[in-house]
Amino acid sequence: MYSEKVMDHFQNPRNVGEIENASGVGTVGNAKCGDIMRIYLDIDDNQVIRDCKFKTFGCGAAVATSSMATELVKGKTIYEALQITNKAVMEALDGLPPVKVHCSLLAEEAIHAALWDYAEKHGIKIEGLEKPKSDIHEGEEEEDEEY
Amino acid sequence: MEKLIYLDNAATTKTAPEVVEAMIPYFSEHYGNPSSIYGLAAESKMGVEQARKEIADIIGARKEEIYFTAGGTEADNWALIAAAEAYKQKGNHIITSKIEHHAILHTCQYLEKHGMEVTYVDVDENGIIKIEELKKAIRPTTILISVMFANNEIGTIQPIKEIGSIAREHGILFHTDAVQAFGQLPIAVDELHIDMLSSSAHKINGPKGIGFLYIRKGIKIRSFIHGGAQERKRRAGTENVPGIVGYGAAAKRAAKTMKERTEKETEMRNYLIERVLKEVPYTRLNGHRTKRLPNNANFSFQFIEGESLLIMLDGKGICASSGSACTSGSLDPSHVLLAIGLPHEIAHGSLRLTLSEETTKEELDYVVEAVKEIVGRLRDMSPLYEDFVKAARHGK
Repeated sequence: MYSEKVMDHFQNPRNVGEIENASGVGTVGNAKCGDIMRIYLDIDDNQVIRDCKFKTFGCGAAVATSSMATELVKGKTIYEALQITNKAVMEALDGLPPVKVHCSLLAEEAIHAALWDYAEKHGIKIEGLEKPKSDIHEGEEEEDEEY
Repeated sequence: MEKLIYLDNAATTKTAPEVVEAMIPYFSEHYGNPSSIYGLAAESKMGVEQARKEIADIIGARKEEIYFTAGGTEADNWALIAAAEAYKQKGNHIITSKIEHHAILHTCQYLEKHGMEVTYVDVDENGIIKIEELKKAIRPTTILISVMFANNEIGTIQPIKEIGSIAREHGILFHTDAVQAFGQLPIAVDELHIDMLSSSAHKINGPKGIGFLYIRKGIKIRSFIHGGAQERKRRAGTENVPGIVGYGAAAKRAAKTMKERTEKETEMRNYLIERVLKEVPYTRLNGHRTKRLPNNANFSFQFIEGESLLIMLDGKGICASSGSACTSGSLDPSHVLLAIGLPHEIAHGSLRLTLSEETTKEELDYVVEAVKEIVGRLRDMSPLYEDFVKAARHGK
């Protein structure tokens, strides 16, 4: 059900871990729905992301999207990082099964949440960054089955 | 992948070689339609009737009380929908439990949309139905109580005799979904006051696509599948002759080996449970410690999610299952784990291992080591574990 890339990033996730005194940390998702992502950013004085780490509680797709998201933001400026969409994460992973698309949204939200934390800590405003929802499942409803 | 350790026998089992052997002639030689008149057909008919007799004997039923279906799900649908229809003069109320298989729960929901009222009785923390609550739920309009014999996820065995007696006292039909129990546990329909019982062949080393519904003589439920006069006009459609013959062979085999198999599986299961609980911290066993299917172990590992665990176990050649949302295709984890009171995040981290008579201690040792390693790896990756460790450090 998963592409080879997804399996690779799940089995050998890149950048797992924490960054002590990170410039920004973002945690999104909720345990009730079975996925939580936390992204740590180390951002230098030129607003370039020097390092990025993650921790994720969730399914294979949640781990793989976190791993890919950290790869994509590394070395980017905060403005470039802001442009990384869930679609870009999915494409980089050669796609996700439809039921797992929300995992990629979670990855995008986690980056935004970490950037938001960075901006708040440093008293700056990042143009185009909106306060991220802490829980992307809000408002999401299960499909009603037909009988 | 060289190694394959199959610990998902509650999902399905390997068809036993003697079962396959018994079936083969009914594809190639005895291919006649049992309803036909000539000698060739008589062979098919005999195969079907012999299987029916073998199965009936195992549960202490008469052979004309066994009706073959396309599986456990059909049997469950039939029992509930046909009973609701047949007894609508008497009432429109059904009592069941919160931990039934979806074949029961979704059928109940269907019936609710068509005017039936259903009470879903709670279970305790071990998954045993709350008998007092069940008694209180009985109304003058209650026509049916349906409670599963043993749970497919956590393995808990229900007090079937007690429920049967309560139903009998109140003149209410009693149906049990025995898909996980038939051939695994001794069942005597008269002693347990069972009026209807569903089962499925592929859970006991039989073929897929065949099951039966036992209907006690005198219970007036009608056909669910309309057509020809097969199965005493109660289940139309040309019989799945090889499937039925295979079911007969599998049932006979299961009954014959039950005692020995139960002893062996119970010992193996207990070994697995003890090792996992002792060697993997922050782990719980789901389901009753002793009143459980001999081959079922179900754990919850805190701070991790089940699907990741399953994929990693698969990578090591281990087949297992989980009650996490990601494996059920919905946002919620297993209704069974929620019904026994687990919080969502603990329910997401569940692992079900169901053994077979072939499972060896060496295999279980390999599995325990794999589980330890993978759970550790996933916890190192988990923000929930990170928070827990930090909070614990602060506490000190």
